Amino acid sequence: MTAKLSGSDLTLIRGERCLFEGLSFALEPGQLLLLEGENGSGKTSLMRAIAMLLSLESGEICWNGEPVLSQRQEYHGALVWLAHRTGLKGDLTLVENLRFENALRPQNRIDIDEVLSRLGIGRLKSLPVRSLSAGQQRRVALARMLLADVPLWLLDEPFTNLDRNGRLLVMQLVEEHLDGGGLCVMAAHQDVSVDALVKRVSL
Amino acid sequence: MVAGLVAVTRRDLLLAWKRPGDVLNPLFFFAMVCTLFPLAVGPSPEQLTFSGPGVLWVAALLAALLSLNSLFLGDHEDGSLDQLLVSAQPLPMLVLGKTLAHWLTSGLPLVLISPVLALTYRMPGNVMGVLMLTLLLGTICLSLLGSIGAALTVGLNRGTALLGLLILPLAMPVLLLGANTVSLAAGNEMYTTGVWALAAYAVAAISLAPYATAAALRISNE
Repeated sequence: MTAKLSGSDLTLIRGERCLFEGLSFALEPGQLLLLEGENGSGKTSLMRAIAMLLSLESGEICWNGEPVLSQRQEYHGALVWLAHRTGLKGDLTLVENLRFENALRPQNRIDIDEVLSRLGIGRLKSLPVRSLSAGQQRRVALARMLLADVPLWLLDEPFTNLDRNGRLLVMQLVEEHLDGGGLCVMAAHQDVSVDALVKRVSL
Repeated sequence: MVAGLVAVTRRDLLLAWKRPGDVLNPLFFFAMVCTLFPLAVGPSPEQLTFSGPGVLWVAALLAALLSLNSLFLGDHEDGSLDQLLVSAQPLPMLVLGKTLAHWLTSGLPLVLISPVLALTYRMPGNVMGVLMLTLLLGTICLSLLGSIGAALTVGLNRGTALLGLLILPLAMPVLLLGANTVSLAAGNEMYTTGVWALAAYAVAAISLAPYATAAALRISNE
């Protein structure tokens, strides 16, 4: 089964403002969809709509040719979502947070320690997330991507708070994911240099 | 399917363990109201026996309301609510897990300390048993009803007053049944009907409220 994500004729209205209208895209395995636009142009809203956190005015998002609305659970099982707010509990330690992620996805088989050392945060694992710097917290959130072996990555501003090495690491991880036949949707301000087919949506 | 419920319950219990203040607040409120009331109305035994069930029940209801506001607020602020909403686990089960953890940390402690407070009202032992049983069923109902209200108000700033307004009409039958059942037991009359009615309410709430809460969360988190 080849995974495929597409959206056709998407329109979103927030309050009085129309954020986008008649927007379409199609994404195949190994491709990156880059959402570009100024602050407030609706990148995050489109990401949230793709993750089914926001309902669209009109249009349809399809996963493997079927509308996502008719297969919410399968679709959500095939994606991970990284947003501006990391979704980590400040009072819990890094490992406790990630164990919770794993408990929600019982099919996860990847070792937490391995992922943490890959991200360069292995020695912080017994500290509460609250005590980490913003960049370190973002790296912990990235661990969620690596732990879950799923085809679709939704990354909203993944480079926020990261240092130069961190940004390079994100691009490297995305590249590996795409090489392995994964799909990625990313909203970013800065230019992304990835060795893969990049499709762009300008908002 | 149960994996999500267990995971969320465990995480929330762990969080409550690390922040005991949130658990103790409603408990202190309950204890304070129940001990201040006899001081204010005077120590006459008839009056205390007469008003005991009502006071204990009203205090428990308000204490439960007090703790409900924070049910989804923390998750909403740090983004973990988004993560729960895009999780592959069925949302009603995750919601049930959160409500279960909330009940274990706020409802159950109320039930457990209620006999001590009932002593202030000269309540005999067998009536204490009925009080604990009705509070046990009642706090389950209140946590579940409250989860619907908390889900509806999660996106609003200062939704506490609104939350109360939304829940109180649904919580009234629980209060009436609970307080009256304990009063009947204190007067040596038949009280089992009230207990069964509360149990029925609790079963209906367990089976229906998680779906309503899940739907409310999807709407108010947009």
